[in-house]
Amino acid sequence: MGFFNKIKNIFTKDKKEDESAKLYDTGLAKTRNEFVSKLSFLGVKYTKIDEEYYEALEEILINADIGVNTVTKFMDSLRKRVKEENISNTKELNEIIVDELFIIYVNNESLSDKINIKENGKTVILFVGVNGVGKTTSIAKIAYKYINMGKKVMMIAGDTFRAGAYEQLKEWSQKTGSYFYGKENSDPASVIYDGLEAALNNDSDIILIDTAGRLQNKDNLMQELSKMNKVIEKVIPDCNKETLLVIDATTGQNGILQAKAFKEITDVTGIVLTKLDGTAKGGIVLAIKEEVNIPVKFIGLGEKMTDLEPFDIENYIYGLFKDMM
Amino acid sequence: MFEYMGDRLSNAIKNIRGMGRITEDNINDALREIRLALLEADVNYQVVKEFINTVKEKALGLEVEKNVKPDELFIKLCKDELVTLLGGDYVPLNTNGNPAILMLVGLQGSGKTTTCGKLANMLRKKHAKKPLLVACDIYRPAAIDQLKEIGRNLNIEVFTEGKENPVKIVTDALSFAKENKHDYVIIDTAGRLHIDETLMQELVDIESTAKPQEILLVIDAMMGQDAINVIEGFNSKLKLTGAILTKMDGDTKGGVALSIRHLTNVPIKFVGNSEKMDGLTEFYPERIASRILDMGDILAIAEKVEGIVSEDEAKDQMKKMRKGEYNLEDFLTNMKQIKKMGPISNILKMLPQARQMGLNNVDIDPKDMAHIEAIVLSMTPYERRHPEVIKASRKQRIAKGSARSVEEVNRLLKQFEEMKKMMKLMANGNMKLPF
Repeated sequence: MGFFNKIKNIFTKDKKEDESAKLYDTGLAKTRNEFVSKLSFLGVKYTKIDEEYYEALEEILINADIGVNTVTKFMDSLRKRVKEENISNTKELNEIIVDELFIIYVNNESLSDKINIKENGKTVILFVGVNGVGKTTSIAKIAYKYINMGKKVMMIAGDTFRAGAYEQLKEWSQKTGSYFYGKENSDPASVIYDGLEAALNNDSDIILIDTAGRLQNKDNLMQELSKMNKVIEKVIPDCNKETLLVIDATTGQNGILQAKAFKEITDVTGIVLTKLDGTAKGGIVLAIKEEVNIPVKFIGLGEKMTDLEPFDIENYIYGLFKDMM
Repeated sequence: MFEYMGDRLSNAIKNIRGMGRITEDNINDALREIRLALLEADVNYQVVKEFINTVKEKALGLEVEKNVKPDELFIKLCKDELVTLLGGDYVPLNTNGNPAILMLVGLQGSGKTTTCGKLANMLRKKHAKKPLLVACDIYRPAAIDQLKEIGRNLNIEVFTEGKENPVKIVTDALSFAKENKHDYVIIDTAGRLHIDETLMQELVDIESTAKPQEILLVIDAMMGQDAINVIEGFNSKLKLTGAILTKMDGDTKGGVALSIRHLTNVPIKFVGNSEKMDGLTEFYPERIASRILDMGDILAIAEKVEGIVSEDEAKDQMKKMRKGEYNLEDFLTNMKQIKKMGPISNILKMLPQARQMGLNNVDIDPKDMAHIEAIVLSMTPYERRHPEVIKASRKQRIAKGSARSVEEVNRLLKQFEEMKKMMKLMANGNMKLPF
């Protein structure tokens, strides 16, 4: 089984040297334990591949929030492979399951999971998402990461709506050593305008823009985002621009609607999947990748500013299935 | 709120409309659709399984009597089962305490701080009580500032005591509340993971100090299957007395509501449905079940209006509606009240059969409201009371006065007539409901 063996080799050989794999390991421990223990239990409990087995498997995948459509399709292609390849052993099937999940995510593309940082120029990253997903905290973590790489980072408080949002970002700017621009009770687009001008003046390399949480069905709030985009294009036309959609790992099927709606209004280039240190599996990102084609770029694994990792699908799946290998 | 789930269910149920009786064959499709719809709504996998089995079993055992259509029977069965699943009757807040102490707990970002403000606002408005907000989130940057700002906007007192020790903050807040005769104390705690043992212990410590009447879990309506782990995690440590479902104004299907009570016996007490400080309504299982089955939620609207319109005013208007005497003056008053109720699209969604009438996706721009208001304001009081006198020349004058076109004035007058007819029907109880 191609992919399965590949990651198995990677992680059994170089495991100790691979720091990021280790971080995934601890952060995803809770997630993994539950998911994998269920899956391996499945192999023990069911030796025969029958309807009962399929139903139990479906339950595990649904419980990981992978998405009803995606799971239905996945189950179909799994049944097909079992039939075509004449598989009767459930152990063998576990490997195919990992394989198929990987295929869903990768879908024969080369994935750009990196942030496109402009050398000798400015990179503007706009953070969007529904309320309470962790946009502000994610900004702090990403600022910390780039400051450690020697970049000058500027934070702009584009959330002028929620009480305390300004103070929250300001506090993070002080903790991380970033520049900060904000003005309370103003129009967000005008705050961003002034913030970007300030960033030009202090020559920041990376500009992180916080926005107010908005539910994707609120049209006037969504329109506000296109206005922000226009401002960015106007003030720093030659910047590299990224728009990161922040999604909470506990999100269910609504995650797909979020991804669709935000992508429609602003060119979302990636996802930050937050709160993966809990028991939630964040499986909705597989459905989002399949249905809306947005890759995950970072994952959040805690509340500290160091708790951020670049997303790596191999690590992610490895984290989920480690105990099976 | 639940409109998507309602769509799927009502479509599925349509399939058995016109069938002579309920058989395994003719409900299988409907059951499959219901199952998928519930799963897509993030209802817990086990709950879905149970629900489908119960409905199937009961449906097949149903005696189809004369004059009763099988699809109607089936809908009633589904509705009753949904109500059972949602937990039967409404459980009000336990406020036996002087002061009554309410403690809000939950994951990060579920909306605790905002909900604290809404709850305080509601208690003050509805029960004329004096609440105190207590800031115990000492971890998240600016969480205390956020609560302070909310309190300042609402003109409700907030107790803060730095970022040292939540248990001590609560102790001091309680004596402060007693001294200052607050009837309610609402404690905002930091967001935490249910598996974070240190922080969960902190909640247990706060609880044993405050001995709250209510420990309310604030939970995001968009949550997926992990909800059950979260609810069980908090419930096993704290003995929750209720849950508050937030962000229901989104397009989430909110299936988590169906899972909470059924799996843990924790009743849902409130639903958060706007970012405004009055965006908190009581949770009635009966209504939500009706809404899932597309019967609308007239009662919720009635309640919303109650908070804003005085009873006499409302009675007076009902009378006028019934007699068909409702005029544009009343309309103007209502528009002002509706503005206070929050986005009108939320209200429309609660109407019965909102979907069939195409109202679930109606997007009403606040600007349109302003235009309508401008048109009505450009009429003379006499014209408002007797819109039938508005003919061509008056229309032109009104259009000029409001800077709108004559077409718009026409449209408004026509819509108003339609509305009047509908109101007459509704007020006389002639509006046909699905069953």
